[in-house]
Amino acid sequence: MSVLTERINEIIKPENLVYAKSPLLNDDAMHYCPGCSHGVVHRLIAEVIEEMGIQEQTIGVSPVGCAVFAYNYIDIDWAEAAHGRAPAVATGIKRVMPEKYVFSYQGDGDLAAIGTAETLHAINRGENIVMIFINNAIYGMTGGQMAPTTLIGQITATTPNGRNADLNGYPLKITELIAQLPGAAYVTRQSVQTPAAVRKAKKAIRKAFEIQAKKIGTSFVEVVSTCSSGWKLTPVASNKWMEENMFPQYPLGDLKDSGRADADLYRIKG
Amino acid sequence: MGELRLMKGNEVIAEAAIRCGCDGYFGYPITPQSEVMETLMTLRPWEDSGMVVLQAESEIASIHMVYGAAGAGKRVMTSSSSPGISLMAEGISYMAGAELPCVIVNVQRGGPGLGTIQPSQADYNQATKGGGHGDYSLFVLAPASVQEMHDFVVLGFEMAFKYRNPVMILADGVIGQLMEKVELIDQRPRWTNEQIEEISGDWATTGKRSNRQKHVITSLEMDSNTMEQNNLRLQAKYNRMKDEEVRYESIECEDADYIMVAFGSAARICQKTVQIARRKGVKVGLIRPITLFPFPEKIIAEYATKVKGFLSVEFNAGQMVNDIRLAVNGKTQVEYFGRMGGIVPTPDEVELALEQRFNN
Repeated sequence: MSVLTERINEIIKPENLVYAKSPLLNDDAMHYCPGCSHGVVHRLIAEVIEEMGIQEQTIGVSPVGCAVFAYNYIDIDWAEAAHGRAPAVATGIKRVMPEKYVFSYQGDGDLAAIGTAETLHAINRGENIVMIFINNAIYGMTGGQMAPTTLIGQITATTPNGRNADLNGYPLKITELIAQLPGAAYVTRQSVQTPAAVRKAKKAIRKAFEIQAKKIGTSFVEVVSTCSSGWKLTPVASNKWMEENMFPQYPLGDLKDSGRADADLYRIKG
Repeated sequence: MGELRLMKGNEVIAEAAIRCGCDGYFGYPITPQSEVMETLMTLRPWEDSGMVVLQAESEIASIHMVYGAAGAGKRVMTSSSSPGISLMAEGISYMAGAELPCVIVNVQRGGPGLGTIQPSQADYNQATKGGGHGDYSLFVLAPASVQEMHDFVVLGFEMAFKYRNPVMILADGVIGQLMEKVELIDQRPRWTNEQIEEISGDWATTGKRSNRQKHVITSLEMDSNTMEQNNLRLQAKYNRMKDEEVRYESIECEDADYIMVAFGSAARICQKTVQIARRKGVKVGLIRPITLFPFPEKIIAEYATKVKGFLSVEFNAGQMVNDIRLAVNGKTQVEYFGRMGGIVPTPDEVELALEQRFNN
């Protein structure tokens, strides 16, 4: 045993432990790139499920995109959905097992481009599910193409000269749209680039899961995220780019926290 | 004897679903099958059996809701008509890949495109050759009566769980809109959680307990060798269906010189044609495939050495005729007669086609 290993083993003792990996996270090496936000958000979801003691009652729905393999990392039952269809799959699971906790986990292309209809209608029905939305303004899995949330001027594989509004339209602020829907109970935008932000994001995810038990509508947690490979920046530079460019377009904070709307507001007269 | 009623084909789909203990229906309106969901919404099964009924925002959403709920080991279904089934092709392929049981009803209308709302059988190839991407097969049942619309919902769920495979009931606008006497099964309870555990406990997403591994519903596999094994497992399953599940009806074939092959409402018409032809002294029989996949190829091959010819009668441009030709393998003459665009031929028209094709 080397001196270093001896020293490490001295340090790694239960009484010195201030933080531990959730037992819901397995030991498989994640396929995510260095600096990617997915791993942190996965950890937060695992911690929330563990702390709430709902591992046996929770079913996750993974998307198409980088997080397609989310089911490899968190030790719960999963359904892997077709591209954009996670909210429909989650709806199906929740409707036939209303006592379970169901959450979907999607990226921006999945949730806000190909799956826009499924996203808006699941929330408009007030499905009692949690939706986690990773917005990194790019298609990571397919090699860095334009996403619905790509910023104007942002260079991607399919906007090599930067996103041009005349040609490609505008960044879609789908979370603002969702906050207008009567079925949404809780809509918030978070990030995970600093320890403080991670703690806030975890609180938001925990709150979203707790709301599910109250059956007062859909909880939606956007996490403004980095994609250092897609952005072609170092992890550190990615965080800075996100703070400088993403946050002004996608400001952090709660957008709605009032529960599902009162149906009487929409009732026919007479 | 069960309760007797006079019912429309579409309505009986809903009634049979409730009575056989179905857990959920997810659908989207489209002519000529909208009565399925309308009937369910009127009957309100969620108050009695607890069956969930949900109108989705599209056929795409419907089939993926079915995917999610089927993954949980529940007995769930959807129904649609031709253009809607095209939209569902994605989800059906995913369900076949993830080996999920469900019942899908296609009350066919004419195509291509928006086509017509009148009856058709032009989705035969789509139903029996896949329809979506990838190598897969559905278990396809072709009802020819309102009674069979009822019976095949029950049988469909049985087959879906026996083989962990999507089942399609390939009906058409005639059977969907037709009113006939039907004998209904008595109400059966939905499966309890304990029954689901017993039946699907080794794969369904019912929540991971400490005494088992997590369950993942997916059709994805990145390793080519493993993926090929998955494909081979699917093909072995389809071959088991071919060995064990072929269903057909044979009418007056024993002494026949000519055999018509027709499914669904086309078979109803051909039954009358058999009578007309025999009154004229022509020995005609009818084979009615009840399962379109697996196709009754053995019985057709057996008769191929005995008859002077087969006539495939279809409400399309000639799709099933290719499966008959494969079964006959050149041993006798195979002809096709059909109408398209929503036109339903008369028995006399079919009889005339027989005469013309075989120069009687």
